[in-house]
Formats: sequence, structure tokens, C-alpha cells
Amino acid sequence: MKNILLWGAIAFVVAFCLAPVMWQILTSFKFNQDIAAVPTVYFPTRITLNHYIELFNRRPFWNYILNSAFVSIVSTALSLALGAPAAYTLARLRPRGSRLILAGILMVTLFPGILLFFGLLEIIQRLHLGNNYLALIIPYTAINLPLTILVLRSFFEQLPKDLEDAARVDGYNTLQMLLQILLPMTIPALVTTGILTFIFAWNEFIFALTFMTREDMKTIPVAAAQLGGASVFEIPYGSIAAATIVGTLPLVLLVLFFQRKIIQGLTAGAVKG
Amino acid sequence: MTIRNREQRTAWLFLLPALLLLLFVFGYPIARAFWLSLFTQNLGTKLQPVFSGVDNYIRMAGDGRFWQSFWTTIGLTVTTVSLELLLGLSIALVLNQRFFGRGVVRTIAILPWALPTALIGLAWAWIFHDQFGVVNDILLRLGLIRTGINWLGEPTLALIAVIFADVWKTTPFVSILLLAGLQSISPDLYEAHVIDGATPWQSFYQITLPLLMPQILIAMLFRFAQTFGVFDLIMVMTGGGPGGATEVVSLYIYSTVMRYLDFGYGAALVVVTFLLLITSVAIASFLLQKSRTSLGSS
Repeated sequence: MKNILLWGAIAFVVAFCLAPVMWQILTSFKFNQDIAAVPTVYFPTRITLNHYIELFNRRPFWNYILNSAFVSIVSTALSLALGAPAAYTLARLRPRGSRLILAGILMVTLFPGILLFFGLLEIIQRLHLGNNYLALIIPYTAINLPLTILVLRSFFEQLPKDLEDAARVDGYNTLQMLLQILLPMTIPALVTTGILTFIFAWNEFIFALTFMTREDMKTIPVAAAQLGGASVFEIPYGSIAAATIVGTLPLVLLVLFFQRKIIQGLTAGAVKG
Repeated sequence: MTIRNREQRTAWLFLLPALLLLLFVFGYPIARAFWLSLFTQNLGTKLQPVFSGVDNYIRMAGDGRFWQSFWTTIGLTVTTVSLELLLGLSIALVLNQRFFGRGVVRTIAILPWALPTALIGLAWAWIFHDQFGVVNDILLRLGLIRTGINWLGEPTLALIAVIFADVWKTTPFVSILLLAGLQSISPDLYEAHVIDGATPWQSFYQITLPLLMPQILIAMLFRFAQTFGVFDLIMVMTGGGPGGATEVVSLYIYSTVMRYLDFGYGAALVVVTFLLLITSVAIASFLLQKSRTSLGSS
């Protein structure tokens, strides 16, 4: 009896989480006639790759993917580069004011982008950074910094202190110690954090929508949201579905390979703070 | 220079780049909004800032559209966060059981959280489509409705659709946090409780819930702030429509700035939203501290 209940609940969780994605996948492979059929066709007798082909032929979709990838990878690398020393400082060196800084960092993780886009837009316009990768890389790096610092700090705190004492005796200064001894040991933590920041950057919408207006500079979420037909009456559902799948595929792969790390990072970031 | 001094200098060298960037991206825009909110800067002033004191705030007090968006945001936030806690806790309890294939199910269970919200919004808009949507088709086949429902075209229904999509997208985040909390509760506690003659329900209320309280509050805090500022999902699904029924504060701010070019007023809206968020977060953190200390003492 208990087993039946449990497996019922498991089946519900799986169906709940997968159904919308599955539906989008199915739609992306259907012919237009089947997409617009009433009643709905659940098991199409024929499938097509046309929506995917159109996506890449009619639109610079490779371009969107490259934009998303470039911005996400660079901002992830930057937030690790800036975040790791800061996290180490807050974990071990603890200068005066550390607690205040930490509280500020925690606070900042809760700020939604809508409160920032306006002030940033002014700066970007003044510096003529519109439609420039920097317009996304800088805010994405900053938005990912708090999480990076919080997660890495909790990992640094778990490292044995003897290691650092031994390094000091061997004449390493703090920077050398961090780069040559501690960072190689925290590679798992860096990967965990990097995956999370990559996901955030890939998914970001409001800055990408506001700061990138030129077609060839757009990122995937914005480009997909702006796919329209020739008229209001002709919305290309097939292409939209295909675009959703293309845009989510990299993240699905990340989740498949790094499920454990993602869970670890999220809980470390939220709970340890 | 003493070792202590040198270490302090290194510490600040390590911290400064990160802190400066955070100040630049988070501090400046907020400070700038406070300043700009004291000016009228819109098409009426040819986009030049004209000092107008608290005029923007007075205007906001009488702005029906602002209040509507405010209450929509509050309603949406309270509903989605409560639903997510309930559903998230249930899913976490399931994922905490031992069963064959648990790793795979956990992977599936975090998937919605990782996917881009804007793209998920598109998927849900298609699912709730009035003519070809699968929700209507299922309801029709079950004989629950006779004609397709215009989900995204009716104020209340559009709100329900948005809530549904948001709950789907962000419940995994809640489940992950709560699952971590569940895993940290020692099984011995339950065994001792069962020996004392407690039913599973009693164990849940007397052990699981109290010990899980810190995680529940943290999840609430994060989800509250995120839902309060939700933008992409609603922008993509309804654009704030129909007739402003799903226009939350963030969408109102966006169109005030980007469509009406009313920068001064937009800044005032940012300031008020910011203050509301900070106040709620402060209250929630206070509660969190309290629940942590009460746990520590018991």
C-alpha cells in the first residue's frame, strides 16, 4: 500500500516536471497542419525537421546561440576570477567590516533586475555600450558575484587550515598560496559555482532585452520571445517550439551531467549564507 | 610593515574588485533612482530633468494603475509562494524516500528550475492557447467544458495561467532547499519518536516541520523576492494583459521607462519597490534569526 502511494507520487513528480517540455518537443516536430489541428493530435503520424531548419535558415540562430554562449562563458569566468579571492578573504582573512560586507552581499542577491535596468541603461547609453557584449557581461558578472562568493566561501571554510600554515612556512605569500595551492583544491567548488552562474547568465532576460537591440547581438531567450509571424494571425508555433528546444538543450545537458553539483551549489549558496 | 598589516592590505586587494563591481551594478542604479525620483523628466519636459520635489510620489499615491499593479504583485506573490511551499515540501518528502532510480527522478525534478524562464513562458502560452492549446483539449475530452476557454484573454484566468507557470518553474528550487533540510534531520529522532508511540503525522508535525523551519523561511525569503520582481515570464506569456490584469509592478516600471519615457516617475516607482522589498526582507530575516536561535536553545 505504502509502495503504491510512493510510486504514484513519483509518477506525478516526473509527469509534472516533464510534461510541458515534452509537449514543446512534440510540437516542434509536428507539421503545421497537425499543430493547428482540432482536436489536438497527440500521436502525429508524420514528423518534420522543418521548424528547426527554418530557424537556422531564416534567422541568424547560430548567432544568437554564439551570443548567449559567449556572454555566459565570459561572465562566468569573470565572476569566478573576482569572486574566489573575495570569498577566500571573507572565509579566512576576515578584515574589519567582513560581517557588514557579507550582509550586504546577501541582501544584494535578492534585488530583482527591474530595479537595476534603468540606472544601468543610462550608464550604457552614456558610454555608448549599447549592442556591445560588455553591456551584458558586466551586469551578469556582478549579478553572479554574490552567489559565487557565498558558495566558494563555504568551501574555503571547510578546507583544513594546516595546509595554509604549511604553505606560509614554505614562504608562499597569500596570492601564491591561493593560486597554487588552494584553487586547485577547490576545482570541484569552482565547477559547481560556474555551472550555476552559467545557467543564470544564459537565462537572463530583462538586461538582454533592453541593452541588445540589434538583431545580430540578441541572446536566445530574447530572440525566441520575439519570433513572430508575417501577421498577428500567423504566429509560428512550430518555430517557437523549436527555438525553445534549441535554447533549453544546453541547460538540459548541464542538468543531466551535473545534477549533484547543482543541488550542492544551490543549497550551499542559499543555506550557508 | 607588520605581518598583520600586510595581511589586511592583501585582504582589501582581494575584496576590492568584487566590491567595486557590486557597487557599480547594484549600488549606483538604486542611488541614481533615489536622486532622479525628485525630478520630472518625461516627454512633457522634453526629456530634460526639472526638479519637482516629491511630486512623483504624490502622483503615485493617486495612480490607480500603480495600485492595481501593486495588489496584483502582492496577490501573485502570496499565492505562488504558498503553493510552491506546499508542493515543494511534498516533492521534497517524496525525493527523500529510498527508491529505485532516485537519482534520475531528482535530476528530472530540478529540470524546470534550470530552464530559461522566457522560453518556459512561451511553452506555457502555447499550452494555454485558446484554440490549439492542450489544456483546453484535455478539458474538452474530459467533458468538463463545451467550448475552448480563452485562458490568456480573461483577467482572472490569465492570472491563474501565470501562477501555474510560475509554480511549475520555481517549485524545484524550493524542493531542493527543503530536501537538503530533510537530509540533515537524523533518522534516530524518528525512531525514538515511533517507539514513544507517535503516528507518522505526529512525527511530521512534531519533528519534521519544526526542524525544517529555517529552510522553509529561507526558501520563502528567496522566492518572495524573486516573485516580487518577476518580469520575463509575464512579459512573454501575457505582456501584462488582458487589460492590465497581469501587469505586475515590474512590468509597469518597464513600460513607464521604455514606452512612456517617463524617467522621473519610473525612478520613483523603482524607489518604492526597492523600499517595499527591503522592508519585507528585513522582517523575514528577523523571523529567520529568531527561528534559528529558538532551534539552538531547544
